Amino acid sequence: MSTDIERQWTSRIRHSVVDKLPPDKLLPDTQPAYVASWIYVFGVTTMAALAVVIATGCILALDGPQWWHSSTLGHYINSMHLWSVEIFFFAMVVHLWGKFSMAAWRGGRSMTWVTGAVTFLASILAGFTGYVSQTNFDSQWIATQAKDGINSTGGGAFFNVLNLGQMLMWHIVLLPIAAVVLTGLHVVMVRIRGVVPPFEDTKTEVAA
Amino acid sequence: MAQGWGLGALVNLDHYGHYIQWHVIQISVGNLIVMVLMVATFLAALFAPFPGRRNRKGAK
Amino acid sequence: MTKKAFRPDVDAPEYKGAYVPYDIIKEGAIAVLVVFILTAALALVFSSPDEKAVTIKTWSNADAVDFAQTAGDELAGTSAVANYGAPYNNNGTSQHWGFLSPEKWVGVRIKIDTTKDFVIDPLSAQPAQPALTAALNEWNSASSATQTTWDNAFNKAEPNLTFSNGQVRIPTKAAGPIPVLLNYETQMARSGALDQALVTQSGFYTTNYTKPLLFISDGTYFAGLADKQHLTGSQWGMMNETGQYPGQAWLWLYTFWYQVHPYSTSASGDFLVWGTMMILTALMILLPFIPGLRSIPRRLKIYRIIWREHYAAE
Repeated sequence: MSTDIERQWTSRIRHSVVDKLPPDKLLPDTQPAYVASWIYVFGVTTMAALAVVIATGCILALDGPQWWHSSTLGHYINSMHLWSVEIFFFAMVVHLWGKFSMAAWRGGRSMTWVTGAVTFLASILAGFTGYVSQTNFDSQWIATQAKDGINSTGGGAFFNVLNLGQMLMWHIVLLPIAAVVLTGLHVVMVRIRGVVPPFEDTKTEVAA
Repeated sequence: MAQGWGLGALVNLDHYGHYIQWHVIQISVGNLIVMVLMVATFLAALFAPFPGRRNRKGAK
Repeated sequence: MTKKAFRPDVDAPEYKGAYVPYDIIKEGAIAVLVVFILTAALALVFSSPDEKAVTIKTWSNADAVDFAQTAGDELAGTSAVANYGAPYNNNGTSQHWGFLSPEKWVGVRIKIDTTKDFVIDPLSAQPAQPALTAALNEWNSASSATQTTWDNAFNKAEPNLTFSNGQVRIPTKAAGPIPVLLNYETQMARSGALDQALVTQSGFYTTNYTKPLLFISDGTYFAGLADKQHLTGSQWGMMNETGQYPGQAWLWLYTFWYQVHPYSTSASGDFLVWGTMMILTALMILLPFIPGLRSIPRRLKIYRIIWREHYAAE
């Protein structure tokens, strides 16, 4: 009976999740003493900005893509959406510089770096599709300019930046999902491995 | 439409921008400010003293 | 236990030091609050740009000559879009690097025939008017050789095209029905009907603005507006925003390549820039696996500032 339960997909997945990421690792109440620099706050700042970006985007979604042109409130929410995006990229770039300086991929953390870098790319694409979904002069110009670059790769035939419907869908459905999922993976990896320890200049061997 | 909320810009940035040119480099003042702030923030994060951690003994 | 060499840029030493209290939820909550307040304040102080979109109506009313000339180029097949190549048509030479030309491999998938899509079809959808119907019949029943003769005559007279009293005048008698067609096309544009005709070709609902955007981008009026806003490619425009707002500053490196040789002068500049950026992006993503590059942070020694308390305590 108990072995039957042990063999379940459900219990196997639960065991492996709990083994890799027990609750006190997922939501730790302590951290290593070397985590003592302001540089560590930019990861969480990036996530906070992402939350504000998504929240303001949801408000803009309520009344459709053109609401903000004709409503003062809508324009203000659009401004919040823009400035939270600026803060998002600002914090993410400082976070990137910080993690690079610490070589934070050490000690089996390379996939944390990779997911972070891919999140950066997905965010650039999300930002870009936002710019071309504004339904104003800016979006017209950016779309007609960007088409040449994307067309030159062959991608323009499938990802048509002049097609508002397609760009808006990518901007409000596909890329936000990608950004959130990638961020989630990134954070889970950080929690599993913990924050990278400092370089030790004297260390020459590692247990294999 | 919800006009009259009075949420217009306090500082109007809707004029033609200013640009700085140095050889092949050409950058809008808006972007330059953002980039300078980014570098300044990075440096500040490196050098600013982090509160309340010195000589603290661990819990674990 | 077997030992192997410790690779300082790949392996991390095991930390055996002290742990300090840390409230992750509180940190997250504070971050959200700070970012929210900062965002609300920046939005209040600086707002956000919203330059009205250009329509074919506003364009043709602001600069009827540029519009009529552009429409003539679309009809004669001499515009940039008419000679673009893939994915719109087979007329241009696709961007390439050596034998690499993904644009060409993918082929025509968003078919644009500027003569038909931008001029003949919209005019044919207009209510019947004897002069227009006659001109359309003349165009449609002519051989392609005759059409080419007309196109050439138009191209020659094009710089002297004028617009006055609501009429387009082209000083040539050898261009067949082209002057009449362009006159109607311009009137259609100035009324706003052409904007509609270009988006309703696929039915009642539309979310696709490929045709009007391509048409507008062929004129000099649109590029002139962008030039004033410092948005063109040679002005580092990709990272700029209308007005004095910061733009997509994170595109600085992508934008940079467009300013320098050979990217700035190559007919395949876009492809070369994208190729370069793809390689650099791959290097960034795979940084932890690239010997040499992954040693940079250890040699830069910025980490000594970040962990200065840790090293001081050692």
